[in-house]
Amino acid sequence: MSTAISAQTKWWGGGKSPFNVEYGKLMMWYFLMSDSFTFGAFLIAYGTARFSANSWPDPNEVFNTFPFAPEGMHAPLVFVSIMTFILILSSVTMVLAVQAGHHNNKQGVIKNLIYTIIGGFAFLGCQAWEWTHLFHEGAWWGSNPFLNADGTQGTVNFTNFFFTITGFHGFHVFTGVIINIIMLIMALNNTFEKRGHYLMIEKAGLYWHFVDLVWVFVFTCFYLI
Amino acid sequence: MEYTTQSHGDYAAIKKEIWKVTLILSVLTVIELMLGFWMYLKPEMNHSFKLALKGTIIILMLAKSFYIVAYFMHLKHEIKNMIMTIIVPLTLFIWFIIAFLYDGKSYNNLKNNYDRHYQEQTKVKATKAEHQHNAAPTTEAAPAATH
Repeated sequence: MSTAISAQTKWWGGGKSPFNVEYGKLMMWYFLMSDSFTFGAFLIAYGTARFSANSWPDPNEVFNTFPFAPEGMHAPLVFVSIMTFILILSSVTMVLAVQAGHHNNKQGVIKNLIYTIIGGFAFLGCQAWEWTHLFHEGAWWGSNPFLNADGTQGTVNFTNFFFTITGFHGFHVFTGVIINIIMLIMALNNTFEKRGHYLMIEKAGLYWHFVDLVWVFVFTCFYLI
Repeated sequence: MEYTTQSHGDYAAIKKEIWKVTLILSVLTVIELMLGFWMYLKPEMNHSFKLALKGTIIILMLAKSFYIVAYFMHLKHEIKNMIMTIIVPLTLFIWFIIAFLYDGKSYNNLKNNYDRHYQEQTKVKATKAEHQHNAAPTTEAAPAATH
């Protein structure tokens, strides 16, 4: 192959975005990709520990209650499905906020961001309740009161992975809420209006959807299977 | 640098798509929950059938993640090369999952075949410890039941 550049070869000389997205959005995507490996590593480590054990606690026995449930009530999956729907709905309002941003509709952005923030706080509240409840049952890092499904003693791997992974996810939800609050303040201060576009909302939206995406995996791996 | 924002398109059509995806995500979640309840209510269920249900739940989970990434995160409408720079590195997960779960199972087999202590200990039934903190519950009988 000749080293000379033929006249037909069109090297990219700048001036035009090859992916037709702004820099910040592209970098948000790459950050999220790397973050998915962090979560993936956690969840796969959990899977490895589970595959190496002869038995494992039954999630239906561990996560079987919800706030204000009558004493002795056995209701697995109920509370966590509420948490799942809260996160799905807050993701929907985030998409609506991004769409409103595309149309420079300030009121729409503000309204939907507020809904999203409320959803985020609701999810965090649910998680705080669940952690408190489990703590009172004797579960924490390094302490597992739950028996395996076959009646043998469970290992602390179960609680260690549960609190680490849901904690890391909860931390992402928390930072997502903070980012959304900053977006709301900027929208209220007309920062985006002066800038002429609401593209920043899109980046915050990507982060928020990623949090929802991770929950889909955490929910399946810990509560369903 | 120049870039064009996403085509504004028909606002009503976009909104319709958002609600359609919301409906799909909700329906898939409800199906997952139904399968979960099925496994809970029928504990005597055949082991391989239970594994098949778990596999179905995992497929539904992947379908949900596709809808979130493609429509909510809008990746489906980006330029193909950009999609590839995100998706291709993620194929590393195929190796990651297979290798590590295989390793976990292999460790399990090693312990069951060669570790006598593990082999005996893993068959001991335990009783549920009540409200114990800082003290790891043990399977051995307490030396003296003073409390």
